[in-house]
Amino acid sequence: MKHPIIALKHIDNLWFQVTGTLCNIACAHCFNGSGPGVKTFGFLTIDRVRDELETAISVGLKAIFFTGGEPFLHPQLLEMLRLSLDAAPTTVLTNGTLITDRTADELAKMERGTRYSLEIRVSLDGYTEERNDAIRGRGVFCRALDATRRLSQRGILPLVTVVRTWSEEEELTTLAGFVRTLRQAGYSKPRIKILPSLPLGRELTRAQARVASAHSAVASLAREQENQQDASLARPADAIPDESLLTEEMLVGFDLDLLMCSNSRLVTDRGVWVCPLLVEMPDARLGDRLRTAVPHYELRHVACTSCYHYGTICGNVSAQIEGPADATTAPDFSPARFKPSVLSG
Amino acid sequence: MTRLALFGGIYSNYHALEVALADIERRRVQAVYCLGDLGAFGPYPDRVYPLLRAARVGCLQGNYDNSLAGGLTDCQCGYTDPRDNHFARLSYAYTFTHTSEENKAWLRTLPQNFRLEIEGRRLLLCHGSPRKINEFLWESTSPDQFLAYLLDEADADVACVTHTGIKWHRKLPDGRHFVNVGVLGRPENDGTTAVWYTLLSVGHEDLNVEFVPVEYDFQALARDMARERLPEEFIETISTGWWTTCLEVLPHKERARGRF
Repeated sequence: MKHPIIALKHIDNLWFQVTGTLCNIACAHCFNGSGPGVKTFGFLTIDRVRDELETAISVGLKAIFFTGGEPFLHPQLLEMLRLSLDAAPTTVLTNGTLITDRTADELAKMERGTRYSLEIRVSLDGYTEERNDAIRGRGVFCRALDATRRLSQRGILPLVTVVRTWSEEEELTTLAGFVRTLRQAGYSKPRIKILPSLPLGRELTRAQARVASAHSAVASLAREQENQQDASLARPADAIPDESLLTEEMLVGFDLDLLMCSNSRLVTDRGVWVCPLLVEMPDARLGDRLRTAVPHYELRHVACTSCYHYGTICGNVSAQIEGPADATTAPDFSPARFKPSVLSG
Repeated sequence: MTRLALFGGIYSNYHALEVALADIERRRVQAVYCLGDLGAFGPYPDRVYPLLRAARVGCLQGNYDNSLAGGLTDCQCGYTDPRDNHFARLSYAYTFTHTSEENKAWLRTLPQNFRLEIEGRRLLLCHGSPRKINEFLWESTSPDQFLAYLLDEADADVACVTHTGIKWHRKLPDGRHFVNVGVLGRPENDGTTAVWYTLLSVGHEDLNVEFVPVEYDFQALARDMARERLPEEFIETISTGWWTTCLEVLPHKERARGRF
C-alpha cells in the first residue's frame, strides 16, 4: 500500500523531548510509555537545545514546546525556558507535580519579563481524585491541583489538558466538572484543552480491551436508538477509528497544515523525529540534527490517522474534533446539541 | 506622505462603522481598506454593505466572508471548545440567514489580499496572515523571526492583518513592519467599549502607525442585538469591553488581560 508523503513546509513548531521518557509518574494511557526509570530516551543538554533553537530561529520559528517525560525533572529546565522565551512563545507540557512555590515564582517572573506567551500545560484526567488517580497514580490529583493554584495565584493561567475518555453525551457535564474542581482548588479562570486519546504506547493495550466492550455497548444502544438519531453519537470518542491508515486519496482537498509533520519537528537525545506522537517508531527518526534531517515523511502509522481526524492535536488550541467544514449550498443549522449554560456555573 | 485608513472585523457593527467612516473622512486619507469579516456577531448584517460601497472602501475577503460566500457550514475560526462552538454556530447561522444573496454574491468577488507599492515600500494587506486566511497572528505568539519569514515569503516590507480582534504593531530589527489593524466589530477585551481602526502613514524615510479609538453608540447596538435575540453574552461584550466567548483561541498573555 502506498502511503502519502508529506513534505515539511516550514518549522513553525519545535519540540524538545527534554527529559526523554523519564517521568516521576506512570499514566495508564501514556502514548510514549514514559515513567520512573524509563530511559528509552535521555535528557537533552542545554547546549543541544541552544544549537537546535538557533537553527530553527534562522528559518523563522514560530513556537517552542518542551515535553518529556516530565520536563521539570530536568535541572536546567528554567534556564532553557529563559533562552526559549527570548526567541518565541513557549509551552511546557507537565504533570504539575513538581511545580513548587519556588518554581512557580520563577515561572511567573519569567512570564512577566517576556513579550511572548508562556504556556504551562498541566495534565489532568479526571475531575475527581478517584477518577484521575486511577489513571495517573495515587496522590497526583491533589499535587496537580496545587500546581494550578500556585500558578494562577501568580498570574499564570495554566492550560489544563484532559484526555477525552467520555462519550459525547457526557461532554458538557464532564467539562463543567473540571471547571468546578479547578475553581474549588483556587484556579478562578480555568482554561481547558481536550485531547483525543491516542492508540499508541500504553493506551493501545488499554484501548483494545475497552473498545471491545464499548462496541458491544454501542451496538445495543444503537438498536435502542434505531429510529431516533445517528447512532455514531453514542460511539465512545476514544475508540480507535475504523480506517487505520491514511491514503493519498484521503488527503485530496485536505488542509495539510493540520498535520504536524508539515510544520513541526521533535528533537530528542537520539536525533530528530517527525513529531512527538511517533517517537517510538524507528522509521520516524529523520536524522541527527535539524539542519540535516530528511525534509519529508511517509505517513504509515495509525497515529497519523488520528492527526488527520482530530487536527493539530499537540498545539495549544484544542484539536479540531469535528473535522473540516464542507462546502454545501444549504448549510444545516439544526440546533446545536450544546447547552453552554452548563459551563457557566 | 501617503495616508491609508485600515480596519477589519466589522462583525455587522454598522453603528461603529458609520462613526469610523465619518472620522476617516475628516482625516483626508488617500484610501480606505477593510481587511475582511464584514459579518458575524452583530445584528442586521446587510446594513454594512451600502456604507462600505458609499465610502468606496476597498474590501478583502475574511474567513467569515469566505464561508458565507461559499455556503460553508461554519465560520472557519476553528473553535473546538463546546461553549465557543455553540456561540460561533449561533452567530454564523444568524449571519448566514440574514445576509442577502446579492451581498453573498458580492463577497464571492472579493480578493483575499491587496498588494500596494507606496514610496518604494511593498505593502501586503490580508485577513489572517499572508499565508493563510484564518491564521491568528497575536502579538504574544508572533516572534520576530516568524514575522520576517512571512514577509520574505510574501515579498513584502509591510504586512497589515486583522482576524484576532486585538491590534498591535511591531517594527522588526530589519526595519520592516507588521501591523494588526484591529477590528471595528467589538472591543478588544480591555474593559473599555471603544473599537479601533488604524491610520498608516507611509513616507520615504519612515512609516507611522496610529491606532484610532472609535467611540460609538454601543447602547443602540445592544438594543438591536436584543431585538434580534442575539445572545446576552454578545451584548455583555460590547457593553463592558470584556470578551465572554471565543476565549479558547486567546494565548496566555492576551487571555490573562481579560476578565474571563
